Amino acid sequence: MAEQDIDAIIRVRDVTVQFGSTRVLDGLDLDVKRGEILGFVGPSGAGKSVLTRTIIGLVPKVSGRIEVFGVDLDAASSSQRRAVERRWGILFQQGALFSSLTVRQNIQFPAREYLRVSQRLLDEIMVAKLVMVGLKPEVADRYPSELSGGMIKRVALARALALDPELVFLDEPTSGLDPIGAGDFDELVRTLQRTLGLTVFMVTHDLDSLYTACDRIAVLGNGKIIAAGSIADMKASQHPWLQQYFNGKRARAVVA
Amino acid sequence: MSGDPTLERIAQGEGLALCAAGNWTARFAPALERIVSDAEKLRGSRPHIFIDVSQVASLDTFGAWLIERLRRSLSNAGAEAEIAGLSANYSSLVDEVRRVGPAPRVVSEGLSITGMLEQIGRTVAGIGGTIIGLVDMLGAVLAAAGKVLIHPRSFRLTSTVHHLEQVCWRAVPIVVLITFLIGCIISQQGIFHFRRFGADIFVVDMLGVLVLREIGVLLVAIMVAGRSGSAYTAELGSMKMREEIDALRTMGFDPIEVLILPRMLALVLALPILAFLGAMAALYGGGLVAWLYGGVDPEAFLLRLRDAISIDHFIVGMVKAPVMAAVIGIVACVEGLAVQGSAESLGQHTTASVVKGIFFVIVMDGVFAIFFASIGM
Repeated sequence: MAEQDIDAIIRVRDVTVQFGSTRVLDGLDLDVKRGEILGFVGPSGAGKSVLTRTIIGLVPKVSGRIEVFGVDLDAASSSQRRAVERRWGILFQQGALFSSLTVRQNIQFPAREYLRVSQRLLDEIMVAKLVMVGLKPEVADRYPSELSGGMIKRVALARALALDPELVFLDEPTSGLDPIGAGDFDELVRTLQRTLGLTVFMVTHDLDSLYTACDRIAVLGNGKIIAAGSIADMKASQHPWLQQYFNGKRARAVVA
Repeated sequence: MSGDPTLERIAQGEGLALCAAGNWTARFAPALERIVSDAEKLRGSRPHIFIDVSQVASLDTFGAWLIERLRRSLSNAGAEAEIAGLSANYSSLVDEVRRVGPAPRVVSEGLSITGMLEQIGRTVAGIGGTIIGLVDMLGAVLAAAGKVLIHPRSFRLTSTVHHLEQVCWRAVPIVVLITFLIGCIISQQGIFHFRRFGADIFVVDMLGVLVLREIGVLLVAIMVAGRSGSAYTAELGSMKMREEIDALRTMGFDPIEVLILPRMLALVLALPILAFLGAMAALYGGGLVAWLYGGVDPEAFLLRLRDAISIDHFIVGMVKAPVMAAVIGIVACVEGLAVQGSAESLGQHTTASVVKGIFFVIVMDGVFAIFFASIGM
């Protein structure tokens, strides 16, 4: 099926990841298409974050092949790899802002390292990113410890977007946000995806996010993708976990 | 590269058209910035300026902002500047950057007399604050110890034993090794210089007094400040950063009693033990060198040592040890609880813990020297 898909921005083939004797991912296949928002769900501890980290290259895999932008990351030279890394942005679960730098320095960090441009342009782009993620420019000189949880997520998203990447990984972007904040964040991701033409790979637990933000959903279970498709496909699935997840009490509340 | 961004100028009667082409993206940001700065010099030259972006191959925030910046700077100079030829894909991006205001300025403090005076004042006040903090912590620890004495059940034995293992048992090899080597060095240097006066044997007196009274305990205290004081600060600091200490407090536990008292107690017990072991290792090392290098055989060494030192020297050394341990522990805990949210702050306070710990150990040693001299010990 997805094998013939030429427009896949991420192509994961037969990937196995093992920690000690526990096999977390077991021959997993996944495609992420250009321009879509893929929601990635699964039970806690199923290995959603592990897959994300494997694609990014933070977790070593036992076997399999991962291509991002058509580049096989294992075979790539370090300069090819760096070129790929410049084209993606990552929002970590806890934000992972540099605690000793201000918001301004955090957002400017990638651009300062990769591009030789003036401080003036760096500042202007920093403000543009802050405005895009819905923050006021006044927060620019605060330190991460002085920000609320929601603001940290937004600043981390702004940093992930600093180099205008084509692909963004979001690891549980709405966890720890209140429902209104989470809804705003979904809206924000949707808007940014439209304006910047992003491809978004979003690990989430939030049913609302799946309904409002995602184009397609992939479900992880037993180390494999057990289903991929639209919300309607998910609800129609006979898989017991999917049944419970999408037709359970909380899911009905979302639809109502 | 073919995708390089360009901005062509085409005169149109009264007006001017600026035709942008190529990739207006982050990759080409340095070139883009140059192009746009050049074009900004055109301001005021023509009343009408069109910025035509229909030929742009790709556009991102960098490109969109620079086009918007150009439009603003041209229209601020009185020209009628417009962006034309936006495709539907990019118009929302340009709308987005249109909302961008000026960047807030970085507040930088210049070098001035008042600034320097302010800094001096703050530093002096900081020293006062440090001393108050230490006294405060000492009081809190004593109060917690008193509470534990009244309710011995609340004493955390497991935790104390765990910390005792960390700061005492695991420190033995390095402490013994270093003091052994220092003993060797003192003995060698003593023999080397005393030999000129034919007074080789007095090296035993020097070694005995120096090691038992001063070097043994001082050296071990400095090592413990570096090894265990820093560990305490880092542990407590990262617990503070992750709100673990607040969590304890909300559950009705006193962090002083749960975290700090066992650590303090372990340190106060550990330092005399380590100081004793260190002194013995230094004497052993000194004796070995005296024998092998100075020709003082072990029997003569022991005989001379027995004459040279009294139990007073040993007591002086041992009395100092628990007090120095308390100073190191209190400094480390105060610094640990002062850690703020950032990794940098954790590093700063860990450094401060070691530096202040060693400083206060040496100050205490001086105070003890005066005290013992005046009571004739």
